[in-house]
Amino acid sequence: MSESHGPLKKTPLNAVEKELGGKMVDFGGWELPVQYSGILEEHEAVRTKAGVFDVSHMGEITVKGPQALEFLQKTTSNDVSQLTDGRAQYTGLLYPNGTFVDDIIIYRIAEHEYFIVVNASNADKDLAWFRSQQEILDVAVVNESANWAQLAIQGPDAEKKLQPLTDIHLSKIKYYRFERGNVDHAPAIVSRTGYTGEDGFEVYIAPDHAPKLMKKLVHEGVKPCGLGARDTLRLEAKMALYGNDIDDTTTPIQADLAWIVKLDKGAFNGHDVLAKEKADGPPRKLVGFELLDRGIARHGFKIVEGGKEIGVVTSGTHSPTLKKSIGLAYLPLDKSAQGSEFTIDIRGKEARARVVPTPFYKRAK
Amino acid sequence: MSSSIPEDNRYAKSHEYAHAEGDVAMVGITEYAQKELGDVVMVELPAVGTQIDANEEMGTIESVKAVSDLFAPVSGEVIEINEALTEKPDLVNTDPYGDGWLVKIRMSDPSELDELMGADEYDEYIEAESAK
Repeated sequence: MSESHGPLKKTPLNAVEKELGGKMVDFGGWELPVQYSGILEEHEAVRTKAGVFDVSHMGEITVKGPQALEFLQKTTSNDVSQLTDGRAQYTGLLYPNGTFVDDIIIYRIAEHEYFIVVNASNADKDLAWFRSQQEILDVAVVNESANWAQLAIQGPDAEKKLQPLTDIHLSKIKYYRFERGNVDHAPAIVSRTGYTGEDGFEVYIAPDHAPKLMKKLVHEGVKPCGLGARDTLRLEAKMALYGNDIDDTTTPIQADLAWIVKLDKGAFNGHDVLAKEKADGPPRKLVGFELLDRGIARHGFKIVEGGKEIGVVTSGTHSPTLKKSIGLAYLPLDKSAQGSEFTIDIRGKEARARVVPTPFYKRAK
Repeated sequence: MSSSIPEDNRYAKSHEYAHAEGDVAMVGITEYAQKELGDVVMVELPAVGTQIDANEEMGTIESVKAVSDLFAPVSGEVIEINEALTEKPDLVNTDPYGDGWLVKIRMSDPSELDELMGADEYDEYIEAESAK
């Protein structure tokens, strides 16, 4: 992720972030703030009040045309036919072997028009993959990334803080639904979605309007938050991070995301592999763990047994909410049951860990 | 940028400081280092009685986002470690030169202090580091 060539790409909020004291880092070729006041403080703000994240680096792709539904049904694992206008769906964009090209959110704008949000680092790859899958289907795949800035306003006070700035009735938007309207007098898409495990919204707006909106939110007491808090928040909520927990070697079944695999919808890329994994059990499974010994198990640390590597840690951190050392790891299926204990090699020292129920954190409804 | 670098400490390139009183050096990490690390959540220190050489790894300090090695700025015997950090590792952030100290080392060769940087030199050093 940290390897990049040439100058860093900047989001429309770059200058505002520097003005607000953001500590800028290279994130997959983008210059973004890892933190402002501190990860723990920002994390706490989102869990108890409200925080705002710049996620303008995310990619946006539209798929349009009479065969758009058929096209998305074939390329993704969830059932796109369940969407109606104004609904969004988390799903996997898959290779024919069932592994992830990316994890994405599909918004249905209209019957023949879908708005797709993809990971920044995968945007070019996703676009090329979609186009390679077009064949004779009557669809247009368009990269809209440059036309959209994205702000995530997250936390129990998110609705209260955002409502005065928009003509959309936010309380009417249910989870994973969206509305189009004006935010800060500019056309926007607002969805009740997020990557923190809290209530909140994601606002898509023209790049020119984003800096003013960010400043207004901060002025209203919404805490500016960086990538550091975004990572601790999403991990507590057990939301997968592409490149860490899922990638082109892992399937949704292995990643414990069976709920985004709808085998009954008909043929799609990876269908048969996933059907077999679902029936026979996958060779490995992504589990949540707590460390029983001191330390933090981070991405790439090996899980060992009798001198052999039997699994790998994909994400790990100190949980600011639980005040515990938590993480995600791939374990062989027969060792992945809740309560199972295993050993992680932490820089040459062996630390014990236990499989625990996930998500680690679930907000009170 | 760094107005508050204590004059009476000596500084290592790896951002530890040594505050000497007699032949005992109180060792911690600098204000600059704690800021770079961010919120500290765990500190691993050597056992009391450990003999340690200058520039030798003596433990780790872990923040939410990263882990860093700690290096001994001077040689000698570890005679005390800051037990308070087990419960309150964030002392390293809030008071790095005071309550957030890490270890006390009885120096076997106090002349090693001369090889470390003074406050002005360290100030220039971190200015160059942060310009990178």
